Amino acid sequence: MGGFFTDTFLTALLFGAVTAAIPLLLAGLGEQMSEKAGVLNIGIEGMMITGAYIGFVGAYYSGSFWIGFIAGAAGGMAVASLMALLCVRFGLNQIVIGIALTLGLEGLTSLLHHFQFSRSYPRLPAAEVTPIPLLSDIPVLGPALFRHHLIVYLAVAMVGVMIWVYKRTQFGLNLQAAGDKPAALDVAGIDVIRTRTVAVLFTGGMAGIGGAYLANVGAGLFIPFITNGAGFLGIVLAMLARGRPVWVLVGALIFGGCLSMTTAAQVAGIRIPTDVIQMLPFLAVMAMLVLFGRRAGLPAALGIPYERGAR
Amino acid sequence: MEQTQAGPAIVSLEGVTKRFPGIVANDRVDLDIRAGEVHVLLGENGAGKSTLISMLSGLQQPDDGRILIDGVEMPIRSPSHALSLGIGTVFQHNMLVPTLTVAENLALGGRWWQRPRIAELTARVAEIARPLGIDINLGARVSELSLGEQQQVEIVRALLRDSRLLILDEATSMLTPKGIAELGALMRRLVERGLAVVFITHKLGEAADFGDRVSVLKLGRKVGEITSERLRMLERAALVDEIVAMMFGRQAGADEISIPPRAANDDALLEVRELSMAETSDAPGLDRISFAIGHGEILGIAGIDGNGQKQLAEALAGQRPTDSGSVMLAGQALDGLDVGGRRKRGLRYLTDDRLGEGTVGTFPVSINYFLKQIGEPPLWRSGMERTREIDARAIELTRRYDVRTPGISTPVGRLSGGNIQKVLIARELADGARAVIFNKPTYGLDLANTLATRQRVRDIAGQGLAVLLISTDLEELLSMCHRIAVISQGRLVGIVSNGDRAGERVGRLMIGLAA
Amino acid sequence: MSADAAPVSAATPDASAGKLSRRLAIALGPIIVSLALAGCVLLAVGVNPLAYYGFVVERGLLSPLGLQQTLTRMAPLLFIAAGLIVAFRAGMWNLGGDGQFLLGAVAAAASAPLLVQTLPGWLALLLAFLIATVVAMVWSLVPALLRAYQGINEIITTLMMSFLGVSLANVLVKLAFLDPSTTVPQTRTLAVSDRLPRLFETTITSGLIFGLVAIVVVHLVMTRTAFGLKLRTVGANPRAAIHAGLNVPVLTIAVFAISAGLIGMGGAIDIIGIQGNVRADWNPAYGLAVIPVVFLARMNGFAAIGFVFLLSVLSIGGESAARRLGVPQHFTLVLISIVLITLAVAEYMGHRLNQARKV
Repeated sequence: MGGFFTDTFLTALLFGAVTAAIPLLLAGLGEQMSEKAGVLNIGIEGMMITGAYIGFVGAYYSGSFWIGFIAGAAGGMAVASLMALLCVRFGLNQIVIGIALTLGLEGLTSLLHHFQFSRSYPRLPAAEVTPIPLLSDIPVLGPALFRHHLIVYLAVAMVGVMIWVYKRTQFGLNLQAAGDKPAALDVAGIDVIRTRTVAVLFTGGMAGIGGAYLANVGAGLFIPFITNGAGFLGIVLAMLARGRPVWVLVGALIFGGCLSMTTAAQVAGIRIPTDVIQMLPFLAVMAMLVLFGRRAGLPAALGIPYERGAR
Repeated sequence: MEQTQAGPAIVSLEGVTKRFPGIVANDRVDLDIRAGEVHVLLGENGAGKSTLISMLSGLQQPDDGRILIDGVEMPIRSPSHALSLGIGTVFQHNMLVPTLTVAENLALGGRWWQRPRIAELTARVAEIARPLGIDINLGARVSELSLGEQQQVEIVRALLRDSRLLILDEATSMLTPKGIAELGALMRRLVERGLAVVFITHKLGEAADFGDRVSVLKLGRKVGEITSERLRMLERAALVDEIVAMMFGRQAGADEISIPPRAANDDALLEVRELSMAETSDAPGLDRISFAIGHGEILGIAGIDGNGQKQLAEALAGQRPTDSGSVMLAGQALDGLDVGGRRKRGLRYLTDDRLGEGTVGTFPVSINYFLKQIGEPPLWRSGMERTREIDARAIELTRRYDVRTPGISTPVGRLSGGNIQKVLIARELADGARAVIFNKPTYGLDLANTLATRQRVRDIAGQGLAVLLISTDLEELLSMCHRIAVISQGRLVGIVSNGDRAGERVGRLMIGLAA
Repeated sequence: MSADAAPVSAATPDASAGKLSRRLAIALGPIIVSLALAGCVLLAVGVNPLAYYGFVVERGLLSPLGLQQTLTRMAPLLFIAAGLIVAFRAGMWNLGGDGQFLLGAVAAAASAPLLVQTLPGWLALLLAFLIATVVAMVWSLVPALLRAYQGINEIITTLMMSFLGVSLANVLVKLAFLDPSTTVPQTRTLAVSDRLPRLFETTITSGLIFGLVAIVVVHLVMTRTAFGLKLRTVGANPRAAIHAGLNVPVLTIAVFAISAGLIGMGGAIDIIGIQGNVRADWNPAYGLAVIPVVFLARMNGFAAIGFVFLLSVLSIGGESAARRLGVPQHFTLVLISIVLITLAVAEYMGHRLNQARKV
């Protein structure tokens, strides 16, 4: 009996870890591209909450999770296009605009939610699960890791896609040049503004899907401020990963694991405040920075708007 | 040697004018660039060469005038447009991404969805580079290459794109004399293959040695052109004379040699012993530097840029820590003192990076005069700013040093380079200067300001101060120094007394021969 | 104007008068545009914007009770604004305000109720205030040291320390400083009579006075003293600061300590002046909301007082409107964000217009 409990518990813990990690993974991968291209996208939290709300509305009225994800991506990209216009094209301060967008959209989504659903919080049905044949039959690990919504596998596959983009495509080179030496990219005949805009839009799309996943699959409903800093965590992950997509995945799983542990601890009736467990990943990261704090490998032109022929 | 036949003009400028707030960078410039010719654009810093290049490479658009390509009017809209027209540029500040490999840098600019075609690239690079005698390692990261190697990569990149016109902007400033000669040979091979080369420089000798045609720019205007026919006729010396006449007017005042008189004495006002500093990834070190400068003496430091000049200046000023050695001013050791302490003792450092570190561009002129004295009485009293004192002193300095500014509250970044330099000079000479380090004091100034600054340096020495003058312009050093030391890879390789054949001896030291 | 004459020509009186009216237009225009844009949002959700704005002004500004609440709300916000001004003027992005605020608040809530039992009231409050300040200062030490000596971007570290700080504050409330006499997880409560006195016959906390003093002092220090000038030099051009011989690492640590200390004071004032205790999971998230205010004020202390007042009116009025008109108070965030973006865009347009004229 005790053994059975432990297995179920472990499965739930791991399943929860993956569920909590996916939004962070999507946000982190998205932010990584912006940072590579030299844009510090602080507005990602706003893109995520927009994705969560639009994604929820889309899924709620259509009854399809996929429409929810598409709507979420569109919502995130809409916010990102505003960010790109203001910060990339106009060259306005990325931190100021990022914070303004985040605050404004947190407000706007709770406003819209209030008027759309008044004070009710309708729930979506549980997301359909695509078990992976054979793997999902492994005891404990199978149901935890291989019985998820299809988007989860796609999100993990995106890590590979990103590695391929950064290492093997012309666009990957362009991104790195845009972040490290935009003038060099410009004289090579590639439009820096356009390259950075694409990166910011990609961030918006990924953050939007992440937000939609958070609301639709993770929680099954939308509540105001539901992202609760997940976008900021994405920024942290992207910065710590130093341009390597794999490290975003590793970081997201560690953070997701800690988040999942808080839930599990509550279920198991452990009398430690959940905050203690929530602190662990941050403590680990700060300790790492203090111990191994070398100069963070950030792009040289991160946060600096590009203006052709500026002197 | 068989003379290559110059073809028709591939690019022509007609009355091209470009204005920036406060200056006319190019004023009705006409220029014909022909295939099979090295066309030298000669002019001092600030003559408008870089602006002209940025218009040819699509970074900027002219305000007036037109650009013709193969005789057809064709505005160059963007860098990619310039590339598609066959205009390749090697910029003064290199345009390679340091974190990418050579191959990846060469691949930049391809279509975004494609895979960088490294294999194809390797073959083409070999095909282009070998006949030119260039050997580049495609797999190396750009940040690991020397400046000369980086320049070769940029030249290859321009050729990879089937450029018909190759523009080299101040390409020799980072090269050793040997590297410069190699570049000259390379340009010759390129024009023999029918390319046009535009070679921008501010050095007369290079113009005479490499040019098939020389155009001289001065304060934004084209003041003269020497055609290839004429160039072939003239002796080198006569040619240099003619160019000098164009650049500086008939009296050739810029190179006037005037060494401030000083009573011979052996007292060392500023003495440096065995100063050493380890090399870092992005800066050369210093290797047991020793010298002494007497009262009223100007000691020049010659050398190729980036051989430790800046590190030496910063170490003396207390801005950069050293590993060993000592600095004495009037017999007192300055070791262990920070920037402020050394300044108080009378050691002053005038940086070459006027806007980057010399001033805070958004702060008013008045505050910039006192940036190195923040908190000191009488301008501050118990930490409180005394505006009236500061303003009165600032007005006085503005007058005394003839700083042309709308007012002392104008942000210093709005002033011209020459006036910013005057602000810095005023700051460093104020209140008890005894020894002054000038790092490239005339860099980027127009002729009038250059001459005024040189006179100012002479005057300072005339007042009995010790002057260390760091410059990459040998003519400048020869025109005013008592002695000239040569720095190479962080080491002083010799000191030459100014006088007969000093220039030649310094030149020999620079290329690693005994003086 | 000809390009040649531009750098040396003095401004004529005519030009400066035109400048003033243009400045006014630049300042007021975007605010009106923002109100209109935000009004459109309200219209879209079926609320009459005029009625809403009228109600907010009425409840936040015109009604005596509302005005008193507004002025009380200003007290902690002024401290936060002062702390952010120090950091931003010195070019350091302290985005960890929430953590610093909450830790300051918890430190004050933990110490004040105990101290008042043994010490005279004013001394107890002063001590609690100082403890809160020191706690917040110490909390900022990690990002400060990392930035000063390792060059690690402070945006990431302060954000992380903020998450950590919020969690730590909760842990402290739930584990260390729990009030054993109540079932609600919260700290001991400071009796109303022991809190900071109220002003005159109103409900306004005297913390407002301290807040005003703090921000004015910060403004004067930043603009009128050698120390402030050093910090501004570091912020405007760190390389010039090194060249001028300033000790940038030490100044960096000082900036973080002062900034966090002021924000911690805000937390303390909120507790010893207004709340009396910290409930578990309490996080008003003032830190992030004040950042736009500081930008709007262009880091000018006096302007910041005005904008903090505006923010307080909006938030008190907005909370009221949430109860009465059913418009969630988060609409305030929308409004602030629209104002900030509109102003930034207006500034950009003005800049472009200027450039176009010069050339």
